Amino acid sequence: MKGMTIIVKKVTQIICSVVFLYGIYIVVHGHLTPGGGFAGGVIMAGSFIFLVISFGSEFLALRKEESGSSILESSGILAFLIISVLGIAIGGAGIFFVNFLPKGVVGRLISAGTIPLFNISVGIEVAAAFLTLFLALLIYKGEVEE
Amino acid sequence: MWILLFVILVLMIGGAIFSLEARDLLSAVIAYGIVGFGLVIAFMLLQAPDLALVQIVVETITLIIMIAVILNSTREELRTKSRKTAIYIVGTLIFIGLFLYFFNRVTGGLSPFGEHTLRMSKAYIEPGAQITGSANLVTGIIFDFRGYDTLGEATILFTAVIGVLTVLRLKGRKE
Repeated sequence: MKGMTIIVKKVTQIICSVVFLYGIYIVVHGHLTPGGGFAGGVIMAGSFIFLVISFGSEFLALRKEESGSSILESSGILAFLIISVLGIAIGGAGIFFVNFLPKGVVGRLISAGTIPLFNISVGIEVAAAFLTLFLALLIYKGEVEE
Repeated sequence: MWILLFVILVLMIGGAIFSLEARDLLSAVIAYGIVGFGLVIAFMLLQAPDLALVQIVVETITLIIMIAVILNSTREELRTKSRKTAIYIVGTLIFIGLFLYFFNRVTGGLSPFGEHTLRMSKAYIEPGAQITGSANLVTGIIFDFRGYDTLGEATILFTAVIGVLTVLRLKGRKE
């Protein structure tokens, strides 16, 4: 995929980090404001996708294997599973998915027990999944053309 | 508000029909974008900002990927001979009539849209913030009451990505 004009590149340079920060904000504040792991994860993946589209895949020197994002995706869902299984060990009642951390004050950033941790792990998983799909479509198309 | 909602719904139906009938696949995809972004506005009007946020982001990324696919493959749809005789039109009209009749029969007994909560929903909504400690009720439900469903969703996404990688990869990984 070739890059676009200098206008698009310059605007992407400015916008991209802001979009990524906004994705992190949506994920971390998932239990307070609208949004959550899924929406924030897709926004984070979107910032990378815009970067790849505007600068082109040659400039960014994508590696043949998309192993980094694939590992990140697997570790995201692994963290989700580990937190949910920890509820059996720590929760006392031995219930899967029990909310074992203290709830805190409703409306504070650090509250709601394990829900922010679930949000963050789902956010990492979704961001890495979308990025892996996009990179796979891009890299394996290059393989076909060789 | 309801008039605006109906205008958006009619636009969405028009976009869907156009994207089925268009010869140029790029304009078909753009017309399909009308459906997605119309759905975003409909969610905003129905006071569901969580869904609107997810929908607008996923719609944008999907549209980008679909346009990239179309620009790399054939843009014009292959022409096929279509015979539209009278029997097709009569069959379509009969089907539409049957659909409208049964849809009216089924939805006639329901309470008005958005003005009814089940007993189960009340048990989630009223003490939700105290039980889960989450100010956003939607997040509280999908990660606490229905955490098992969310685990299933995340697993589906993971499995789908693994399937795509397996199908697309031509050369094996070097050990």
